[in-house]
Order: sequence, then structure tokens, then C-alpha cells
Amino acid sequence: MTAFRYALRVFGFVLFVAIVVYLPFRISDFRASEFALIGIYFIAILGLNVLTGYTGVISLGHGAFMALGAYTTAILVADHGMRDLWTIPLAGLLAAAAGAAFGLPALRLSGPYLALTTFGVAVATPIVIKKFDGLTGGSGGINLFEAEGITGLPEFIVTLPGGKVLSFNDWLYYLAWTIALVLFAVAWAIHHSHFGRSLRAIRDNEIAAAASGVWLASHKTLAFSISAFYAGVAGSLLAIWAFSVQPGAFPVDRSIALLVGLAVGGLGSLAPLAAGAAFLVFLPQLAQGISKAPGVPAVIYGAVLIALMIVLPMGVGGLLRWITGPLTSRLYPRS
Amino acid sequence: MADVLQQVVSGIASGGVYALLALALVLIYRSTGVVNFAQGEMAMFSTFVCWELLDRGLPYWVAFFLTLAISFVGGVLIERLVIHTVSRSQALTVVTVTIGLLILLNGAAAWIWKGEQRTLENPFPSDTFDVGGVVIAAQDLGIIGVSLAIVLVLWAFFQRTRVGLALRAAALNPASSRLHGVRVSWMLALGWGLAAVLGAVAGILVAPTQGSFDQNLMLPVLIFAFAAAVLGGLDSPIGAVVGGVVLGVVLNLVGAYIDFFADLRLPAALLLILGILLLRPNGLFGRSVVKRV
Repeated sequence: MTAFRYALRVFGFVLFVAIVVYLPFRISDFRASEFALIGIYFIAILGLNVLTGYTGVISLGHGAFMALGAYTTAILVADHGMRDLWTIPLAGLLAAAAGAAFGLPALRLSGPYLALTTFGVAVATPIVIKKFDGLTGGSGGINLFEAEGITGLPEFIVTLPGGKVLSFNDWLYYLAWTIALVLFAVAWAIHHSHFGRSLRAIRDNEIAAAASGVWLASHKTLAFSISAFYAGVAGSLLAIWAFSVQPGAFPVDRSIALLVGLAVGGLGSLAPLAAGAAFLVFLPQLAQGISKAPGVPAVIYGAVLIALMIVLPMGVGGLLRWITGPLTSRLYPRS
Repeated sequence: MADVLQQVVSGIASGGVYALLALALVLIYRSTGVVNFAQGEMAMFSTFVCWELLDRGLPYWVAFFLTLAISFVGGVLIERLVIHTVSRSQALTVVTVTIGLLILLNGAAAWIWKGEQRTLENPFPSDTFDVGGVVIAAQDLGIIGVSLAIVLVLWAFFQRTRVGLALRAAALNPASSRLHGVRVSWMLALGWGLAAVLGAVAGILVAPTQGSFDQNLMLPVLIFAFAAAVLGGLDSPIGAVVGGVVLGVVLNLVGAYIDFFADLRLPAALLLILGILLLRPNGLFGRSVVKRV
């Protein structure tokens, strides 16, 4: 990387942080809650990217790790009176451990077999949650409205310089995005590390990577575990965001949505994944806004998704790379 | 013992439906290397088409075969218009497109048919036979018979016709098939058309057993079909059929005899499949691919 491009990257990141910090000053309280949700999805998609984008392993089951993280937080806060903030890393670590435990045997499977096995895990998640109702509250889930450990409630109102009143939704927004930016930096560091390069070698050619000294089992399991950690943290934040957890909040659609967000954001990109997260939050709303007749929003959602994949097969990240790449690489593509 | 046999027979019947859909998945996977997430919704849509034709007064078997024809054209069109345009992209892009199709078709069915519950005519009598204490429903026999017939016709098509040979060649070695004059890209479209037909049969068979159906008819069936295809091996048609039947029987027996799993049939089945995959990572009948670096 030349010094100029490096400076451009740093400038881009600073700009990204500045926008994240400044945004609540410009948007309504309701929008702040939506952007907090985007931050939460961003975290989960960043994690999935470590697995799918770098290692080339497609998982359709990361909603299950989100559910694990969400239930960890809900149970610790509601039943054990813990402060919500401390449960976030715990949720991530528990999901990471589960990811390693599942990944170690499952990663023996090749691409589509693994994808469908993880899909099975996602399908089974709500059923299993309902079964263990002693711990999880069954289909009613766990409510956090009465819990004492929620930071920022009751009456969390702080006035910021410039007269901006920090509402609870703003607090959720800053919480989600602070964690998102830290984990973003971690993902960036992974991308540029020796470990990240080994993962990409596995993606490009497993046999060649193994022959070059990459220990497949440990690298893949670690990648799976890291991505599960991200999903667990996102799930934990989701529980705090929604004030509750229910099995119905973790249908198979949520796992699929993460993959859709990753595809839209651009496999292997980092910052553009936020666009994928925004897509997941805003496109259903947009579709609802056009028509509320039964089925119509789904038709619009599906059609837009297909059209987007046809026009931008590499997602938003691919488009940005194309724009920012030197003109010559556009005129004479390498492949 | 008679009780167990009865569970086995009805398990084979539901397994037959899983097998048909699993076969459709295998057909597409072998030719395009894509796991088609929209397979269940394509089948559901076909079922609605059949319902519509019957509702307009067509005799049952006319509507049945007309639905198959429409499904075939629909499958070919989906490949030509959508899948073909992204076929050179990375796997995730193609998977995402089939997910988009899933959402689109589900929404379109809810839109066109108002999301209401419909009832599909049952082609089989509601009689039951008593064979040595085992009560067998005519409907189960009918489903088993139709599934078996479809599998045999498909086998004959692939093994005994030139087009079937071309299809297999195109799936196995596209470059070399092209040099031999096989129109590979159209073979892929043909594969999608056939998969749509298989799905249509599965949908039309399964809808009457549910009493009534709406646009979410095939989602649970699709999950079992995935499981069946993975169990048998994604590249093995025989595997899909065996996987479907085995899965149907096991699910029925587990649900009936192990109390803890009565409401955990699906997770139990998945656990079983994961166990088998750990021993045979490419399914029961799948081949491991030897790759050149």
C-alpha cells in the first residue's frame, strides 16, 4: 500500500467515525433507534465476513449464535441482576465457545454440506429454545422491562454540548456503534494480519494453503469462533435494544438476512458492510411504504434483492472498489 | 409390531415427498453447483397454479399435467432470466439470488391468491386397507406409487435418452460437452425446468395431506428435503431418494416412540444427519471430489 492510499484509508476511517458520532444530532429519536439496529446488524455481518468473506465458508446458522448471545444477556440481567454492559462480552465469549464446539466437527464438511448443516441449526434454534422453557421462558421469552441492570434507564437524559439531549435511543445508538467501531478495527486488523492472509489462502485454495503450512482445522475453527463471537455480541445488543428476547425473534430468516446483508454489502469488504446492514433495516420499510397489500412488500424486497445482485454481483463494496480503483484496471481488468 | 410397521409405511409416504423435492435439489446442484433455496417456493407456486386450474373447472388429471407443463416453462424461464445472468459470479451471489427468488415467489403467491387458506382436491380415495393388522391408507400408497413412478421415469430419461445423456455430460464436464456439440447452457435451463416439475409433483401430493394450505406450504418440506439431499449426498440422485425415505421413516418413528423428541423431531433428525456426515462428509451416496491444485 502506498503512503497515499494509506492516508486515504485513515482519512476514510476518521470520516466514518465522525459521521457515526455526529449522526444523532441530525436525526429524530426514532431514527436513532433504527440506526442503532443497523449498528447491531453491522457487527453480526462483520463477524460473518470473517468466516464467509475471508475463509470462504458459508454459514446460514449465525442467527443461532445471535440467539445464544441474546439469551445470555437476558438471563443474566433478568434472573441474576447483572448490569447489561458486563453481559455483552460474556455473551460474545459464550457464543465463541459454542462456535468452536460446533465448528470443530462441522468444519470437516465441504461448502454446501456445511451451509445446509448450519441452516439446520438455524431452523432448530427456536424449537430448542422453546423446549428448554425453564431457562428461556418458553415461547413467551424473557422480558427486561422490569430489570434493574439496564444502563440508561430510568430517566437517562444527559445534555450534550450544543444543547443536544441524549435520549435512551441515542444511548443505544452510541453503545451499538462504539462496539461496532471497535470490532470493525479488530476485523481490519485480522484482515491485514498473518492469520487473515492464511484464512484467505484457505478460501482461494484449501489444498494449496495446507501444503503451504496453514493448519486448516485450527484456522477454520478459530475463524468460526471469531464470527460466532461477533454474532453473540450483536445478539446481546439486540436483547438490550428490544428489551426482551423471544424464540420468535430468531427465526431462520434472521440467519438468512445476515447472509443477504453480507452479499449486498460486498463479500470481503469492511466499511461497505454497513450499507448491507442498512439495506436489511430500510428496504423492508421502503417496501411497506409502497404498498401494504399482502405479499407485495415481499415481492418488492425479493425483486430489489435479485436486481441488486445482477447489477452489483460483488455488492456495494465491489462497486466502491471499482470506482476507487485506478482507471487502467477498469479498462483492462485482470481476469 | 404392527404399530411400528404402520409408522414405517406412513413414514415412507412422507419420505416420498421429501425424496421428490430432494431430487429436484440434486438435479440443480449437479448441473449448476447451486443449492436452490427457492425450490420449495417454486413447488408451492406450482401447487397454487394447479389449484387455480381446478378452481376454473378443469378435470383433475388435465389440471395436473397442465401444471407440470407450466412449471417446466417457469423453471426454464427462471434459469434463463435470472440464474443465467449471475451464473459467473461467486457462490454467495447466486445463493443470495435464490433467496431473493424464495422471498419473491412467497410474496407473489400471497399477493395473487390473497394469502388465504385453500384446499386442494385429493386424487386418491380416503380408503384404508388392513394388511395383517397394519392399516395402510390408500393416500399413502398413492403417494408412494406416484413418487416411485416419477423416479423411474426420471431414471429412464437420464439413462436411456440422448437428451438425458447430454444433460449428464453437461453437468459432468461442461467444456468437453460443448466441444461435442451439447448446448450446455440450455441443458442447465432444462435441468431447472425438470426440477420445477419435480417440485410441482411434490407440492400437489403434499397439499391435500395438510388439509388446507397457503403460501407457506413448502417451507417445512424444503427443510426436510435439504436434510434428505445432504443425507444421501448432494450429487447423488439415488442418495436423494434413499435419504428422503430414510428421513421420513426415522422422523415418524422418533416422533412416535421417544417422548423427549416428540416435539423435537426436526432437531433430532438434524442431529442424526450431523452424526452421519461426520462419518461420511459427502453423504451416504456422495462421492468425494478429488481436486487438482
